[in-house]
Amino acid sequence: MATQLRINGKDVEVTAPPDTPLLWVLRDEIGLTGTKFGCGVASCGACTVHVDGEPTRSCVLPVEAVAGAEITTIDAVNGTVAEAVQKAWRELDVVQCGYCQSGQIMSAIGLLSQNPSPTDQDIDDAMSGNACRCATYHRIRAAIHRAADTLEG
Amino acid sequence: MLHFLNQAPQPAEGFTIAKVSRRGFLKVSGAGLALAGFATTAEAFPRWPHGGHAMPHGVRTDPLVFVRVDPDGTVTLVAHRSEMGTGSRTSLPMIMADEMEADWTRVVIEQAPGDEPKYGNQDTDGSRSLRHHIQMARQIGASVRHMLAHAAAAEWGVPAGEVAVEAHMVRHGSHEAGFGDLAEAAMALPVPAFEDLAFKSPSDFRYIGKGKVQITDLRDITTGAAVYGADVMLDGMQVAVVARPPVVGGKVKSFDDTAARAVPGVSAVVELPHSIPPAGFAPLGGIAVVASNTWAAMKGRDALQIEWDGGPHAGYDTQAFLAEMVATAEQPADTVFRNQGDVDAAFAEAARTFGQTYTQAHMAHAPMEPPVALASVTAEGAEIWAPVQSPYACRTDVAKALEIDPAQVKVNVTLLGGGFGRKSKHDFAIEAALVSKAVGTPVRVQWTREDDIRHSFMHTVSAERIDVALDGEGKVTAWRHNSVAPSILSTFAPDGGHQFFIEQGMGHVDMPFDIPNVRCENGAALAHTRIGWYRSVSNVPRAWAVGSFVGELAHELGRDEKQMWLDLIGAPRVVDPVAEGYPEDFWDYGEPYQAFPIDTGRLANVLDMAADAIGWGREMPEGEGLGLCVHRSFVSYVACAAHVRVVDGTIRVPEMHFAIDAGFIANPERVESQLQGAAVMGMTLALHSGIHYEAGAVVESNFHDYEMVRADNYPENVHVHMVPHGFGVHSTGVGEPGVPPVAPAIANALFKATGQRKRALPMGAQV
Ligand code: FES
Ligand code: FES
Repeated sequence: MATQLRINGKDVEVTAPPDTPLLWVLRDEIGLTGTKFGCGVASCGACTVHVDGEPTRSCVLPVEAVAGAEITTIDAVNGTVAEAVQKAWRELDVVQCGYCQSGQIMSAIGLLSQNPSPTDQDIDDAMSGNACRCATYHRIRAAIHRAADTLEG
Repeated sequence: MLHFLNQAPQPAEGFTIAKVSRRGFLKVSGAGLALAGFATTAEAFPRWPHGGHAMPHGVRTDPLVFVRVDPDGTVTLVAHRSEMGTGSRTSLPMIMADEMEADWTRVVIEQAPGDEPKYGNQDTDGSRSLRHHIQMARQIGASVRHMLAHAAAAEWGVPAGEVAVEAHMVRHGSHEAGFGDLAEAAMALPVPAFEDLAFKSPSDFRYIGKGKVQITDLRDITTGAAVYGADVMLDGMQVAVVARPPVVGGKVKSFDDTAARAVPGVSAVVELPHSIPPAGFAPLGGIAVVASNTWAAMKGRDALQIEWDGGPHAGYDTQAFLAEMVATAEQPADTVFRNQGDVDAAFAEAARTFGQTYTQAHMAHAPMEPPVALASVTAEGAEIWAPVQSPYACRTDVAKALEIDPAQVKVNVTLLGGGFGRKSKHDFAIEAALVSKAVGTPVRVQWTREDDIRHSFMHTVSAERIDVALDGEGKVTAWRHNSVAPSILSTFAPDGGHQFFIEQGMGHVDMPFDIPNVRCENGAALAHTRIGWYRSVSNVPRAWAVGSFVGELAHELGRDEKQMWLDLIGAPRVVDPVAEGYPEDFWDYGEPYQAFPIDTGRLANVLDMAADAIGWGREMPEGEGLGLCVHRSFVSYVACAAHVRVVDGTIRVPEMHFAIDAGFIANPERVESQLQGAAVMGMTLALHSGIHYEAGAVVESNFHDYEMVRADNYPENVHVHMVPHGFGVHSTGVGEPGVPPVAPAIANALFKATGQRKRALPMGAQV
């Protein structure tokens, strides 16, 4: 049975069973590998994508639940907020192994889209669902502040 | 393969030289041919003996293996170490580029496959990438610069010594050429001998030591384009997940795969051979479910009905085992590793004695990228794509498992989504090869997080007992440390129940305090799971014990904690291991001891730096405290000063200072990031990281019960202070040595904040 999805601005028809988590449809069927698998139970944030602009864990999201929604992944995320975040991430050399960073960046974009000048507390609240085993939290916080400054311009 | 372990202890005769000053060992080569603007070899490049040459396949310095210059001027540099977040894939090429005078923006990095005869040792572990390859990287860079200058000299008919090589250009008088113009002629010249090379003066470094070069994969990582183990796609590939025996050494008794095969997308079910410990990196065995996609494979695995045979370790219960280990640690041990003076006499004469026991649970590495590998096995051979720390050992082990020649196996190294020692053990790549061979298509074996946490090569479980004898003035006259922990060696050889020289050298026998009578003992403990190495290895439980004990002793004696550390360390000295009763096979991280001796002046110096930085001695409000620990590991000296604040019963660490003496620092920016990471991983293992076994199987399963410190409670302000050294003080390890002092510094601070003393890791997040 086919499901109609809208991913990164394009209509895509996928054949995975409707209970398949979006993560595996993105990775295995569509070949968008920027979104990562870390836990499969919504407890690490590596698989974060945007569903209608909201950061969402794709590893527990049945594909049938997002038919027709606007899905955006790290592979194609764009716009002023995304650019500011990605630029800040590069300027501050945030990453270590980098594996969690797709999810971190998607969560950070979600935060700044809602809240253009977050406090440390806002950042901690918004980002604590995204684990980083290499522990890049210091630079993530600094990069979100920097991106906020850029956006304020 | 025991590559991590594959280092001979360095010969003992070096020990007697240890009293001579460090600089006495620098073997300075004869003056090289000075090129314009460059210092001679002797001035700029003191050669420093190191253990890299003693590793399997040693260190290669052939520029033709590591460097390619294209006619358009693009310089391709080979990274032969695996990138798991430490930045070595950037730092080593950056050093080559600097010494070569290549423009970093025109450098492309190519990852080497597993091929040690060609590239030299590739085992990315032991905090060795920089310390064993910084000299190599400079030599390769200088060689290419030399070859470019000589090619230009020949073409222009001018003396090579007058040719200037700078910023991707080669010049003499009115002559000028780019690297690309000279590439073909230069790379065809004979490779110069070390003695003929000239090296840059440190003042001319563009990238080395500057911390301005961003990591090479940064853009790809921030756009999702970076390729990790699960991101390689091949036509016709399938995905497998494996149901593994819950107990190490167990096997499948019977199974029914009817329901699994009925899951849409499932194409095959493959039984894998089980392994009997000691099995090295051989997979555990079990049942692989192969499907067209990951989700179908997972659902297929859920549908398997398997009856397991638990085997000899089916009774493993860590709670009971730890109690046994504590009892062992609190009795005289049957094995003594270090014996200095007369400990028994000192205890007999003591005015008083003091002792405590510290424990640590097993830990799993839990890199964010769970183990994963893609294999394509055909009649011709096998090709693997995997995030492995030891690609050449992986190649050898895959060949063995497939019963083919290693020459028929290629191992491509992807980026590693974290390693921490887990990905030195490539059982997952062997699984992929076996399943691919069985089904005849390329197969990716994907581990779930549950698989990762339950089937790791665990950090050992341990009990550490320390007793001291004191005289009437409160001076410590004897130190007895019984370290009890199942050994890594049990994964590779029949289990003798004792620690071997590498484990002994990690914070046990190398205890650096100036105490006249010292005995380091090892009570026996047998392994009941696969024991592996985890970032910092045995240094974690040893620093936990020694660091906490110093805090406790200070309290016991009514002394300031920092003063207690300094009293124990004593006057600055370079430890003479022979005089201090070290074992004959004492292992100094695989380095020649005389080149990397234990220098207690450097130890005390970093302690001072960290303590000063946190404002040691200041009054702390109710519920807050400061704590210290200093530890030498991977031949680096690291002190940690922690500020603990208890908020509504939760342990928080608002501030932490590290001081590190790692010799010459080539990439300070990555040193900072490694220590920020160590702060968080150290706090994670202090509070949360415990793997427990019941009835032989792991209890924990995912991040809800194997927790990590997160954005809402991490050491928020981490400051890293680096001892400045020139290139003449050799670089030491950085990836691991930051972790060990963190937990004891937190425990010492927590005691000040609350009066509660924690002696078991993990200590929990609440008090
Ligand atoms: S993989 Fe989805 S939250 Fe961890
Ligand atoms: S950078 Fe490695 S897990 Fe976050």
